[in-house]
Amino acid sequence: MIVLDPRVPSGPIETKWDQHRFEMKLVNPANKRKYTVLIVGSGLAGASAAATLSELGYNVKCFCFHDSPRRAHSIAAQGGINAAKNYRNDGDSIQRLFYDTVKGGDFRSREANVYRLAQISVEIIDQCVAQGVPFAREYGGLLDNRSFGGAQVSRTFYARGQTGQQLLLGAYQQMEKEVARGGVKVYPRTEMLDLIVIDGRARGIVVRDMVTGKISSHLGDAVVLGTGGYSNVFYLSTNAKGSNATAIWRAHKRGAAFANPCFTQIHPTCIPVSGEYQSKLTLMSESLRNDGRVWVPKNQGDKRRPDQVPEGERDYYLERKYPSFGNLAPRDIASRAAKEACDQGLGVGEGGLGVYLDFADAIKRLGEQTIRDRYGNLFEMYQRITDENPFEAPMRIYPAVHYTMGGLWVDYNLMSTIPGLHVVGEANFSDHGANRLGASALMQGLADGYFVLPATIGDYLASAKPAKIDTGHPEVRRAEHEVAEYTRKLLTINGKRTVDSFHRELGKIMWDYCGMARNAIGLRKALKLIPELRAEFWRNLNVPGSDTELNQALEKAGRVADFLELGELMCLDALHREESCGGHFREEYQTEDGEALRNDELFAYVAAWEYLEPNKPERLHREPLGFEYVQLAQRSYK
Amino acid sequence: MNLKLRVWRQPGPAVKGRLVEYEARDISPDMSFLEMLDVLNEQLMQRGEVPIAFDHDCREGICGACGLMINGVAHGPNRGTATCQLHLRSFKDGDTINVEPWRASAFPIIKDLVVDRGALDRIIQAGGYITAATGGAQDANTILIPKETVDTAMDAAQCIGCGACVAACPNGSASLFTASKLSHLGLLPQGQPERYRRALRMVARMDIEHFGGCTLYGECQEACPKEISIDTITRMNRDFLKATLSEGRGAVAKSD
Repeated sequence: MIVLDPRVPSGPIETKWDQHRFEMKLVNPANKRKYTVLIVGSGLAGASAAATLSELGYNVKCFCFHDSPRRAHSIAAQGGINAAKNYRNDGDSIQRLFYDTVKGGDFRSREANVYRLAQISVEIIDQCVAQGVPFAREYGGLLDNRSFGGAQVSRTFYARGQTGQQLLLGAYQQMEKEVARGGVKVYPRTEMLDLIVIDGRARGIVVRDMVTGKISSHLGDAVVLGTGGYSNVFYLSTNAKGSNATAIWRAHKRGAAFANPCFTQIHPTCIPVSGEYQSKLTLMSESLRNDGRVWVPKNQGDKRRPDQVPEGERDYYLERKYPSFGNLAPRDIASRAAKEACDQGLGVGEGGLGVYLDFADAIKRLGEQTIRDRYGNLFEMYQRITDENPFEAPMRIYPAVHYTMGGLWVDYNLMSTIPGLHVVGEANFSDHGANRLGASALMQGLADGYFVLPATIGDYLASAKPAKIDTGHPEVRRAEHEVAEYTRKLLTINGKRTVDSFHRELGKIMWDYCGMARNAIGLRKALKLIPELRAEFWRNLNVPGSDTELNQALEKAGRVADFLELGELMCLDALHREESCGGHFREEYQTEDGEALRNDELFAYVAAWEYLEPNKPERLHREPLGFEYVQLAQRSYK
Repeated sequence: MNLKLRVWRQPGPAVKGRLVEYEARDISPDMSFLEMLDVLNEQLMQRGEVPIAFDHDCREGICGACGLMINGVAHGPNRGTATCQLHLRSFKDGDTINVEPWRASAFPIIKDLVVDRGALDRIIQAGGYITAATGGAQDANTILIPKETVDTAMDAAQCIGCGACVAACPNGSASLFTASKLSHLGLLPQGQPERYRRALRMVARMDIEHFGGCTLYGECQEACPKEISIDTITRMNRDFLKATLSEGRGAVAKSD
């Protein structure tokens, strides 16, 4: 039975982290090399942790399913990274970044974690600059900043539209430096398929070599998962095709609680789906809404070209509903409003799932050159994909899933409910509550990897003093055997349907019933449909090829099998949370004017789910959330 | 539209490969090239055949995982475009398209269109970093870097490590890849202490990995999805030369 102990240090919030760092046990330098840490994932959190732990003297093994650790999906982050540097002298501070993040998360995150994140944000920028990350600069040579949603200060550092790429390459290079020194060994094209727990502690992982198919295990003194989010449960998302939940899900099944699985973020401005063959979605920066006006035709079935719809027959619905924020209404609001319009049959483009983002007025007011200067690269990207020129016709956009705030539950030390299993970055649930602010994902991934985990993991190792084990241990043999059996099972169903056909069907169920707006009837329906689909998957799946070669269909099958279980848990979580908060909008719980209605009395807690046995509902545990430093308040955008 | 594809099929590293013909029928010009391969693979699997293996991930042109020789051109016919961003509207109805993996002795084929690009990671390990262990970094704004300098460094830092430059080069050289990293780090003040040592070690590693030498054909910059210029190679050659001349005499080249 799981016990949730957040282990938040006592004392004032400003000094908790410093005090904690002093109180934690240390491992002496000569002893560090006796410990091996297994890190799964090589994105911002995984690579930064691998580099830093190796610099400290630990032996590190880092595993990734890509051909190179540099390809982890952190690479695709565009906008920037927040830090409370106050370089603009515009009133920013650690306190303000903390406040914005707690409020932005709609009061469903842990105050102490968020405060620490804001404190560390400052060091991250220094560290990255020292590594040679080419952040944008002003002519005087100082760092430049831009503004992002949910904040009234300018605190976002960026490297063109490729901030994630540059930060990841920074961490990757630091890790490769340690590979050369011998402190880190990287295992590319290697996928974690199970967690080995011995005497209640995480002691290793079972992996599959994706080239030869060989299943083997790696043992260590602690395991770290930095394997990212699970947006691909929806099939169509802005995540990379390979992003998956397998590592965290299999750890969950070994005893790690899964927190707030239903908290997903849906980004309002993505390029709409253009056909059945669509494989993934592409984000268009939120900044476009500064000058673009969102509208749909007032009449259903209006098939005229947008420039032929007269002004009087257009509904600029964001401006109409939210006069003070207009087109810059927050992400969750803008996404839901677009869905509402399309549900009413007012959507535009093929399939009717799209709304216009129109720059005609801005071009008239500011001239084409100004718009080109501001958004040139985005317009080009849009045209490359859609073959339409946004200078001539309005863009068509539609919301898409792109981040999951939920993840494995961790305490203040980033340790899950399995001792020795640590979780970093998007894979954990910790800092963003029910809604993440823009430019905060990169901040959290690097805070966890460079600064938090390297401090807390020493405390675990020094206290636990893990015993020696070898690969002949019966638990290791058993785990390896189970993985081999599971793989064999996937290959021998010999049914008729492909993996992708199941994945698409699951995605549609999730999108329809556990997407932007949820209600009890829909969620109950999904809870019936998903187990049925899962049963069919295990009865009617067809995976060609063998398990002793590179077999991409087999890799996908394992991941989709996990999504088919995780999806059900997400719906269960969404059904139990009878309130609306952040990205979780339950239609039954809204204010008169359609805003999210939180229920702090009953739901100011983290929902952490415990896996029991196959096809049985999971058990709910609650971590109550207290708000001492930020006052609980309703958000309003009218 | 309908296309005829001739795709390189090779079951494993030690097995001989060959071009196999496939028909892609009733496909939409709005599909991406990789989506067409997805559709073809679905059809192959429904027929009980083994699908075509190819690397891909972000499908936004930034992760560098994808990379196909399309009619003999790395990443296909469009400039500054990775394979995943290429759409079928760039082809004509009825076209025949050859699809092959990167071909270079440093990139052994694993299966079908998938190659091993681990050599590029090993070039980075040889020195493609600034030694800056976590902790104790000075305030970021105490290092002043002119905008023009950081912009030029960023132009080079955009490399996605896809390997198109190697595949496009008649010599199979990794010079554009290596030079991009040397330019990125060598232009910045933080990168100066290791600048010449870095050049020596990364260039030496290219040879060890069996990449060919650079004779400035310039094919690499034509193929580069990030349009990185061969000016970076000039910079690499200059640093390498300077470092080599100083090295033998026990001196260390100084930054200019």
